[in-house]
Amino acid sequence: MERIYIFTRFERFWHWTQALLVIGMLLTGFEIHGTYHLLGFAKAHQIHGIAAWALIILWVFAIFWHFVTGEWRQYIPTMKNVDVVLRHYAWGIFRGEPHPFKVTRRQKHNPLQAQAYLMVKVLINPLLWISGLLYLYYNELAARGHHFDLASIALAHTIGAFLMLAFFIAHVYLITTGETVGAHLKAMLTGWERSDEKSAR
Amino acid sequence: MSARIFRRNATMWSGGLLLAALLVGGSALAGEAPPVRLDSTADHSKYKELQQEFASGPELTKVCLSCHTEAARQVHRTKHWTWDFLNPENQQRLGKKNVVNNFCISVPSNYAFCTSCHVGYGWKDASFDFSAEENVDCLVCHDTTGSYRKLPGLAGHPPYKDVEIPPGSGKIAKAVDLSRIAQKIGKTSRDTCGACHFFGGGGDGVKHGDMDSSLASPDKEVDVHMDATGLDFTCGTCHKTASHDVPGSRYTPVGKDKGGAHMRGKEDKSNPATCQACHGLSPHKDAGMAAKLNHHTDKIACQTCHIPAIARGGVATKMSWDWSTAGRLTPDGKPMIKKDDKGRVIYDSKKGDFTLGENVVPEYAWFNGKVSYTLLGDKIENTEGVTHINKLGGSASDGESLIWPMKVFRGAQPFDAVNKTLVTPHTAGNDDTAYWKNFGWEKAIETGMKVAGADFSGKVGFIKTDMSWPITHMVAPKEKALGCNECHTRGGRLDRIEGVYIPGRDGNSLVNLIGWIVAGATLAAVALHGLVRIVRRPR
Repeated sequence: MERIYIFTRFERFWHWTQALLVIGMLLTGFEIHGTYHLLGFAKAHQIHGIAAWALIILWVFAIFWHFVTGEWRQYIPTMKNVDVVLRHYAWGIFRGEPHPFKVTRRQKHNPLQAQAYLMVKVLINPLLWISGLLYLYYNELAARGHHFDLASIALAHTIGAFLMLAFFIAHVYLITTGETVGAHLKAMLTGWERSDEKSAR
Repeated sequence: MSARIFRRNATMWSGGLLLAALLVGGSALAGEAPPVRLDSTADHSKYKELQQEFASGPELTKVCLSCHTEAARQVHRTKHWTWDFLNPENQQRLGKKNVVNNFCISVPSNYAFCTSCHVGYGWKDASFDFSAEENVDCLVCHDTTGSYRKLPGLAGHPPYKDVEIPPGSGKIAKAVDLSRIAQKIGKTSRDTCGACHFFGGGGDGVKHGDMDSSLASPDKEVDVHMDATGLDFTCGTCHKTASHDVPGSRYTPVGKDKGGAHMRGKEDKSNPATCQACHGLSPHKDAGMAAKLNHHTDKIACQTCHIPAIARGGVATKMSWDWSTAGRLTPDGKPMIKKDDKGRVIYDSKKGDFTLGENVVPEYAWFNGKVSYTLLGDKIENTEGVTHINKLGGSASDGESLIWPMKVFRGAQPFDAVNKTLVTPHTAGNDDTAYWKNFGWEKAIETGMKVAGADFSGKVGFIKTDMSWPITHMVAPKEKALGCNECHTRGGRLDRIEGVYIPGRDGNSLVNLIGWIVAGATLAAVALHGLVRIVRRPR
């Protein structure tokens, strides 16, 4: 059995802080959207605003980290072996086959996973960020002559939120598809991933 | 109608304290200088001309004018005197003597009663001399004793001798002491303005909903500015008056003041009574929410959040008035009065059915300051629907509107069923046609319309009417201002406001539908996947 150190301390801090903030923002965001009443609009709005800035700061650090460490390369999309991974999730996993993808320090994510995270980074996050900042500052922008329609800003932000929610659901499920149900979770907590094809499930 | 039934406790208190302080100060200087009044350059009790008995108001006014030579002609130029106003925006002829409302309806033919709230003496009919300077009533606005009162039926005169009012009631209204009042003459106060404006519509708090006798000496909760032991504003603090012309009229209100705070030395002809005239356009200063709250000021009138309810001072305001049920008499033919469990009149044979309310949640509407009235002679198009006595302009998109709180006063009132116009009934009077004495609409309206110079077919019907009163007084302390949750929700206070996206209330239902389908489908897919994994799990 082979163990590799796959998630550094910063990555784990980044991941879990982000997880907390995203869950908080989903909860408060849909309350602001009027979906349910939990904390009340005022409180939800306050928390959402604070969490937004915290997430932005976290992301500034994360982007910096990605570039100085070269880890951004993890997300270069490829179609190579995507079919193999898809076949595994659609078939092999039910037969107890081991995951065809072997985690390495150079390639932490299987090609499907890397594509999904890339989508979050280049599509969902920017959509939420840009619409969110417009949401926060449309008055200031209007005062400077740039008029944005609040309903359209809110619409874009809501679409982003639904995409994030769908990602979140799929993501939470897929972490249970490791060698054991808790293997991926454990890796994200400790940083160490077992990477042994022959180890029993 | 203007009976002053309250006393000006707070101002008397502060006046007394001032006097005491002056006396102490004076005695400290022991014989060096007599005490000096600091609130005015003139002590009117020292004027020989005022130390005499006056037989009538006009006689006193002549003496006032011997020094204040321009005062009467200044008053002559104002709406308070003419009850006549040409709206420059839409050329409608307004003013108290011209408009028809859905409270006591109208002034013509009822002058002797209505003019107990006129700043003059003797307006009993169309023959009143508007150019006579001695007809100006100085006391009604400048009394500081609280003892001056004008009685309905006396055409703007105060009682010069003790009178029983109403006749046969056993209630005696004392003659006013003109000489004493004149010697104590002073600035206007909440009481002097309130003597009429608190009692509009025929009683305390009836008409406005944001002005009633609780503002004579309010605490901070009722009115943060007029707070008698705090800021102690008078009406004139905001309605900053020059040459007797009081600014801030309901006929041409300011819907959206973009001018910001007034500044000394900078000429500013805009209405000084708006919130913005003192507080400016970015009024919220506290850290945290201030920026977001200031963003609201381009859409929401200050009043919308800062006046959370109508009639907050403990005095109920009338919310509806149904004239069509007036005239029911007891079996022996006497008019009757019904009261609710709080002792408030809810039916009066003279007037019909009322509903009243305290702490009423306002209705909200876009308002740009433009008001058009349905006037006498205007054709009523839809006699089945609701006729708007006044129609307020405004929309989300005109750039001139804010969302304002409104008291919407609803009622039913008589109209000419053939000519399809509003009517001006003769209600008050001790004669053969006055409605309140004879209970016959046809005769009362015939008389009233004749005085108003309008056609009347003789056929009376009733129409539903409403009238909107933008709410602007009784500003609550900031802790009592509305929070976000009141509006940012479905079914909230601004539920019916159109043309603006309100987070928490609005959303795109298609996006919501697709969004939940996507999220739900994802959840279903992973649940199914997980289920199959569990079922097919190798033993």
